[in-house]
Amino acid sequence: MNAAATTHPLRDSTTMVRRNLKRMVRYPSMTVQLIAMPILLLLLFVYVFGGTLGAGVGGPSGGRAEYINYMVPAILLITIATTVQGTAVSVAMDMTDGIIARFRTMNIARVSVLTGHVIGSLIQAFLSMAVVIGVALLIGFEPRASFGGWLALVGVLAAVAFALVWLTVAIGQTSQSVEAASSLPMPLMFLPFLGSGFVPTDSMPGGLRWFAEYQPFTPIMESIRALLMDNPVGDDLWIALTWCAGIALLGYVWAKKLYNRKT
Amino acid sequence: MNNAAQLAISVSGLRKSFGDKTVLDGIDLNVPQGTIFSLLGANGAGKTTTVKILSTLIAANGGRAEVAGHDVASDPDSVRAAIGVTGQFSAVDNLLTGEENLRMMADLNHLSKKDRKRRTADLLERFDLTEAARKPASTYSGGMRRRLDLAMTLVGNPRVIFLDEPTTGLDPRSRRGVWQIVRELVADGVTIFLTTQYLEEADELADRIAVLEDGRLVAEGTAEQLKRRIPGGHVLLQFSEPSGFQTAQRVLGQDAHSDGDALALRVPNDGSLHSLKALLDRLDHESIDVDTLSVHTPDLDDVFLALTGDSDNEKVIDR
Ligand SMILES: Nc1ncnc2c1ncn2[C@@H]1O[C@H](COP(=O)(O)OP(=O)(O)OP(=O)(O)O)[C@@H](O)[C@H]1O
Ligand SMILES: [Mg+2]
Repeated sequence: MNAAATTHPLRDSTTMVRRNLKRMVRYPSMTVQLIAMPILLLLLFVYVFGGTLGAGVGGPSGGRAEYINYMVPAILLITIATTVQGTAVSVAMDMTDGIIARFRTMNIARVSVLTGHVIGSLIQAFLSMAVVIGVALLIGFEPRASFGGWLALVGVLAAVAFALVWLTVAIGQTSQSVEAASSLPMPLMFLPFLGSGFVPTDSMPGGLRWFAEYQPFTPIMESIRALLMDNPVGDDLWIALTWCAGIALLGYVWAKKLYNRKT
Repeated sequence: MNNAAQLAISVSGLRKSFGDKTVLDGIDLNVPQGTIFSLLGANGAGKTTTVKILSTLIAANGGRAEVAGHDVASDPDSVRAAIGVTGQFSAVDNLLTGEENLRMMADLNHLSKKDRKRRTADLLERFDLTEAARKPASTYSGGMRRRLDLAMTLVGNPRVIFLDEPTTGLDPRSRRGVWQIVRELVADGVTIFLTTQYLEEADELADRIAVLEDGRLVAEGTAEQLKRRIPGGHVLLQFSEPSGFQTAQRVLGQDAHSDGDALALRVPNDGSLHSLKALLDRLDHESIDVDTLSVHTPDLDDVFLALTGDSDNEKVIDR
């Protein structure tokens, strides 16, 4: 390493984050589409299914009001899932545009290209979740979290978003086209349904119930729900954070390996 | 030129294969600082592969390559700090404007705010993009995008520049504009490694040219040296009368070849005044009536066709 080859990871990452935020602003139809999906699901589940499903989730009052409090965590995860779908598309666009090839021939902190996507997407995820929570509050969502609870909630959501974003930064690099990239993270959208997102897992048949109880989204949604409703979180929080750490590590290592490949 | 410090690019025994397919099979080349080197080759010959290896994008399977005094395999970051690359396919951010693309490059090259502003404005002006500066690159024409791509490469003042088919798809005026910029860069001491499909371009710009074929460099030298390597120069004599044609054929004997069915003879000739005069004297001596006479000197197209590809062009070499 000589003087000419020293890198500036912080400065380069800032440049890359700015680039990604600009791209989101420049391509608003995508952002709108990514926020619209969870909001539509929210309205659908609250107004169409809420009356019936609310009776099944227990609680003092039951019905629609109780149901919205139950399903907001799932909607938040779906918001993160749609955001990372955007991440995959954005990364795949970079690959097909050839701009990644340009970055690779430049003496910039290698990881900054990826952290640019990661931090940009985290910002987008939090803005989207704020909008979604705003809509939920308008239609009757009544969180009971304390201030500390909200802080913990932000931490958990950040951990989940961080993990899933790294995973899709890798996935985006593997896909051969932008179209393929947009469909690869689809399973993430379904995981809240195949867990305790919209109905309690004990209402499910054997095999599915087993999957629902052990898949990562269930402890994550249980933790978010407990924090929002100011209930004790128990072991779910540690299980959730362990899952996040594992997924983040896998995504990070995989994404870096793909970025540094030289074939 | 033996001094390694004077070489901007130095390659020996470079090999690369993709699976079973050997693309580069032992390439040696040296490019002195401040010169233009042009790599020619048919489609799929391995030009882009060579550029990718030298610009640290992919790893070679064997051999050694140094760029700007640094080994591409063991010290890629130092190589990256010295080079600029304009690849065969455009590498601009289509969602950003031209100006934003250049500003991003300035930031990634760690220029100060003041330098960034000046450099961006300079390059927009120089590449005739000032008017389109605030429009997203996705709305640019192919030529504009190509120019923006090149401008982005120059932001960091690289000492060695790789241009992979930089003028493909440009109109003749833009192409000359790029040539002019390349000449200015070299005048400032920058080294250029250029691949091109336009032989005119290599002829116009390059100090040295190499031809890549079947994974090896089959020829290397100045444009003049390469042209001399193939016996492409000839004089075409056109006769109006069969009698003149036959007499000339007898007089010139071995030297002359009939050119198709027409009453025309193709006589090898290097086009110099001396050899032309000698030919004319022979014809005049026999009072042969020549209808028209035209001189053909070989161009790089002849060189290219003779050195690359097979069967069809064999006769060019045999002639
Ligand atoms: N990643 C890859 N995997 C497999 N084969 C490859 C890969 N990249 C290039 N090749 C093969 O290597 C050969 C050389 O390709 P390259 O792009 O270097 O050619 P080129 O001389 O630049 O051609 P062109 O004039 O068409 O740009 C081609 O046969 C190509 O199919
Ligand atoms: Mg090529």
